[in-house]
This record gives sequence, C-alpha cells and structure tokens, in this order.
Amino acid sequence: MARIQLSDLAHSYLPKPGGEDDFALKTINLTWDDGGAYALLGASGCGKSTLLNIISGLVHPTRGKILFDEDDMTAAPTTARNIAQVFQFPVVYDTMTVRDNLAFPLRNRGMPAAYIKDRVQQIAEMIGMDAQLSRKARGLTADEKQKISLGRGMVREDVNAILFDEPLTVIDPHMKWELRTQLKQLHREFGHTMIYVTHDQTEALTFADKVVVMHDGRVVQLGTPDELFQRPGHTFVGYFIGSPGMNLLEASVQGDTAQVAGNAVPLGGTYAAMSGRTQIGIRPEYVSFTDDQGGVPVTITRIEDVGRHRIVRADLAGTQINAVLPERMPLPADANRVVFAPEQIGVFEDDWRVDPAEGGTL
Amino acid sequence: MLELRGVSKTVRGMVHIQPTDLTLEPGTMNVLLGPTLAGKTSLMRLMAGLDAPTQGQIFAHGKDVTGMRVQDRKVAMVYQQFINYPSMTVYDNIASPLKLMGKSSAEIDKAVRDTCEMLRLTPMLQRKPLELSGGQQQRCALARALVKGSDLVLLDEPLANLDYKLREELRAEIPRIFRESGAIFVYATTEPEEALLLGGNTATLWEGRITQFGEAPEVYRRPADAITARVYSDPPMNFTDCRKDGHGLHFGEGNNAPADGGFAGLADGTYRAGFRPNHLRLSAHTGDAVEFKCTVGVAELTGSETFLHLSHGGDKWVALIHGIHNFDPGSTVSLWLDPAHVYLFDSDGRLALPASYAVAA
Repeated sequence: MARIQLSDLAHSYLPKPGGEDDFALKTINLTWDDGGAYALLGASGCGKSTLLNIISGLVHPTRGKILFDEDDMTAAPTTARNIAQVFQFPVVYDTMTVRDNLAFPLRNRGMPAAYIKDRVQQIAEMIGMDAQLSRKARGLTADEKQKISLGRGMVREDVNAILFDEPLTVIDPHMKWELRTQLKQLHREFGHTMIYVTHDQTEALTFADKVVVMHDGRVVQLGTPDELFQRPGHTFVGYFIGSPGMNLLEASVQGDTAQVAGNAVPLGGTYAAMSGRTQIGIRPEYVSFTDDQGGVPVTITRIEDVGRHRIVRADLAGTQINAVLPERMPLPADANRVVFAPEQIGVFEDDWRVDPAEGGTL
Repeated sequence: MLELRGVSKTVRGMVHIQPTDLTLEPGTMNVLLGPTLAGKTSLMRLMAGLDAPTQGQIFAHGKDVTGMRVQDRKVAMVYQQFINYPSMTVYDNIASPLKLMGKSSAEIDKAVRDTCEMLRLTPMLQRKPLELSGGQQQRCALARALVKGSDLVLLDEPLANLDYKLREELRAEIPRIFRESGAIFVYATTEPEEALLLGGNTATLWEGRITQFGEAPEVYRRPADAITARVYSDPPMNFTDCRKDGHGLHFGEGNNAPADGGFAGLADGTYRAGFRPNHLRLSAHTGDAVEFKCTVGVAELTGSETFLHLSHGGDKWVALIHGIHNFDPGSTVSLWLDPAHVYLFDSDGRLALPASYAVAA
C-alpha cells in the first residue's frame, strides 16, 4: 500500500506537442492518500482513462512524475507497480471454476496453498459467491462474472492500489446497488487505496470519500461529495454533478446583487468588481416558484413527475432553467416567477467560483 | 394504432413472451420497463415484425400484419449500439433509407433537412459519424429511424451506451422529438426514473409478462402487484411482513399502528407491506409515523441525498434521505414511516390496499 503522488504530470499523444491544446492531460498535481476511496469523474474524452493508464503504467507520461510513497515509478513497468485493475467488462476464465478464477493472481505469485484457500473463501463470502466456488464460470450471468472480476481485483492484500474502470457498466440497475454496497464494505474491511473511474455521478459520489472531477484534461475540483454539490469550484462541476445540474445564468454582479436579464437577484454575500465573463449558479433544489411580484419572470415549459419529486422546466429570457420540487409540494397555478435562495447562489468568473469579499454562509 | 392480441413467443420450449394483449394508440409514448431478460427486446421484435409470434395476431391500423415482413411495414428501430454507415456523411446516412425507397432527390433533401433540424444535427450534416460525439452519433441513428415517417418507432435502450450527462440531455429532448413526429413510440429501458421522465405510458415487464400498463405516474403510484412495485422502484421497494388484527396493524414485532382509514376495511390476516425508500424518514414527520429501530449497513452519499442501507429483523431496506447524513456502520438508527405511504400486498403478491397518499394524489 502506498500514497500515490502525481507531480506536474502532463501527457500528449503527439510525438512533438506544442501548445496546451496538444495535451490530453494538462498539468496535474494530485495526491492520493494511502487507503482512500477515490473516484475519478468526468465525461468521455476528459482524460480520465489516460490518467488511469499512467498510474497503472500502460502509458508513460510526456512530462512529470508519478511517485508511490517516496519511490519514483514514472518509468517502472506495469508489473513492478503492484496494482490490481478491474475493467468495464468481466475478464474471467470460462473453463476454470469460480475458486480457480479467484485464486489465479495468488497462484501466479506463488502464495502458499493454505493461505490461498483461506483468502479465496474470505473473498467469496464478501462477494456472495461462496456457494458457487466449485462451479465453472461458464454459464454464469454477466453480474456474477463481474463479481468474480471484482473479487479477483481484491484478492491480493499486497497491492498498492486497486483501479476500477467503469466496473458496473454491464450490471443491471438493481444489481448495481448490491455491488456498490459490497465495494464500499470491501474498502472499509481491507483499507486498500481504491480509484474508481466513472462518468456516472451517482456511482462516483456514492462510492468515494473524495472525488476528482476532470474536464478537458484538467482536474477542476477535488472534494467530498458534499463540497462538489454545495460549493462547485467550476461551472463544469455545477453542471456535471446533480441531476439536473446547476442552473447557470449570465449575470452582472455588483456588490450583493446580480442582474439577470434585467432583474435584480439578491446574493448571499458582497462581491468585489469582476472583469471576466460572469455567471451565477443555483441548484434546481433551491429554485422555487411564486405567483407574487418579485423574483425573475419565467415561462414553464414542461413538468416531469419522477415520483419522489417533480422537475419543472422553464424558460428564463431564452435560457432553460430547472427546478426540483419535492413530492406533493404545490406549484402555484399562476407560477410565472422564480425565486433563488440567496445563500445558495454561487458566483463564477470565467467559469471559476469566486468567493464573496464579505458575507456568505457557505 | 398497434394492437397485440394474445401474442406469445416460445423458442425451443422456452417461453420468451407470455400471451399478451396490448393496444398502443397513435401519437403515444410507451415505455417498456423491466430488468435485463424481462422480454423487452423480444416484445419489440414481435411488434416490428422481425420475429413472428408463436401464437396470436398483430394488427396495425386494424389490418392484420402478423406474418408481414418488416420491410413491408412502416417501422423503424433504434438499438443500444449506434448503427451508422461510417464511410458516409451524416447527410447520406440519414438519406439512405429514403434512397432505398426510391424517393426523388428533392423529397429526400427536404426530409433530411427537416429531420436534422428536429434532432439539432444541421451543423453536422457533412461530417462522418466517427467525427461526432456519442450523443450526436445516436441522434444520427435516431434521425435515420425518424426520416422515413414510420408510424411505429421502436427504441431499444437507445441511451444505455451514452455518458450520463448526454443521456440526461437526450432524455429531455426525446419527448419533444416524439411529439413532433406523431408516431407510436415504444421505448425500452431498465430504469424507473427514465420511464417517469419520458412520461406517457409504462408497461412493466417481468419474466416475459406485462404486469401492468397505464400512465407512468399511475403505474408508479398504484402498482397492481408486488412485482410491478419492485420493477418500478429504484432504489428497490422495501418490504416487510404486516399483520392486520382488528384495530391494529403490526409491522414485525412491536411496531404498531392503528388500522385507520383504508386499513379499517381490510380483512384480518397477514400481508406483505411495501414502501419506497424516500418514505422512510429520520424524524416523526407526521403524528401517525411508526418508528423502526434499524441497524445501519452502509451510508452512501450522492451530492444531495443519502442512501442508507439498513437491516430490520430479517429484512434489508434502503432509505433515501434528503441531505447529507453520516452514520457509523453497525449503529442503531430510528427510521419513521407514515402508514399513508404503505402498500399492502396479499400472499399472492396482488395489491390488497394502495398507499392512501397515492390514492389522494
């Protein structure tokens, strides 16, 4: 087990990269603490797979270093890194039994038979496959095969980290619940450093203690699920986390008031003057409707009842704005104005969050 | 209108689709909701005419099309994998079905441009599919399905291979696209939330059988049986045994509530009580709420909510709680449930009493 440190890391797939645009990974400095449960979250093409492949040694970075504790591993081959990896699709040997599949990484490293027997039994119980240990993997469902892959990724105690690359893609929604819960328990039980790559915010936020959000080759925020939701550091985090994501509105900010499409919106703090592109962001959970005066005029375009809440979509001077209303919360019949909870409004300049000069509860 | 009368499908002695009656009206969105292998794709293939039913008949606009080849019907299907011709431009991809139909180039041009406008592909007309994002590729496949003016459009988990956010965006667009096309849409998904977001009708599928068919919120709030309730709930619905005994309701041992309201008219006996994860609360939110002392397994946090995995007696439950809450695994926590949120199912799994909140809604 080790602390993994990325220092001034950058990567380009071009032989002679020029400007920043040539880099799939812009400069990254990041430390993964020993024993942490991390998620690497971003859309396709954001660079998260490149980063994962650099950690496992499948890709050598153009610039920068990767350290395991104090050891420079930048040039070390994959085998020397002692990293277990679980992929999107199950990788199991159909002709082997479940037991032999789980034992495979241990046998490869010549572990004693008695140890292997105990360890395989322990893992099989954790993944709920102990009743099937003696059957061949052939004919198992995709869910069961992926459980074996997860178990095999976890079977070695001496790994530096376990990397999961979209491990629940092939799994049915109902089964995802079970596997995700098991992964969390396995993390708690064994204390391995785990890095979980996904584009799915629910998977990232439910699995990880700390989430690294990547966008366009950059780490835009490293934070707890709560921080990402309450205080997104970048408009991309606001948009990407939450469903629907944060509403972002073009605004001009003066002191403690924003002007949005000619309407004054009170803010939770007082801001210094800004020169870049200014937006305010508000989560759909903190938007409410009113038929009174005040607020910002909107036209409701669609209401989606998703059971435990409703999503109300409205048009605000040409920009779509979403509000989430709890189940049974009444919507005024003539609702045509929205009000934002001031202390929940974030201010962004050129996409990055700006803290108020004074005030603000967050 | 598309009508299935007693349609079933058996392959090598295995029942894929049990005898099914179903009528889909023009201009409706119909979601087939069920887990993998529930029969969603099998049912779609029967509707399309890609497979012939073992028994039963299929009518399109009152005409028997049971044995008719798919080529002779106005049907379009979109699959989970985006299927486009990689060497053709977006324009030519979308035009290809019309060329096969022998349309004039003026007709083709108008249809392609109209469809692209609807799917917001106009700026990409001259690109090749591989130069598009995943969402745009799937929109191109969707455009090819819609351009023919088919009156039956079948979408088999069309967003499953897309990134989460793209899925969210296309999902919000599909109801608009469907309204503009006027066709019968049939849309297969494994996700309850997707079925609710798309709206229209939901048919819940389980082991080759449609367990219920109706308007999405109606099926969600008034499931006819425990299987439908389970299929239409994510996180899964929680269940526990419940005994009705005169004026009392007993959930397991020591968790009692008066058998008021709808419960009063119920025959004494044992039932299976079902309730959704979001209806378990951390405080007694109403005077009628019943307290359950549960043991915490894991607490999972999303940005705005907490999924609390619990055990209560022999039952495994999930609570979906607003806000961020941390609990130590193994600790004891009290959860409160208002009986108004409880569905009762009889021993056959049929709904004996709907949750009173759902009746009022």
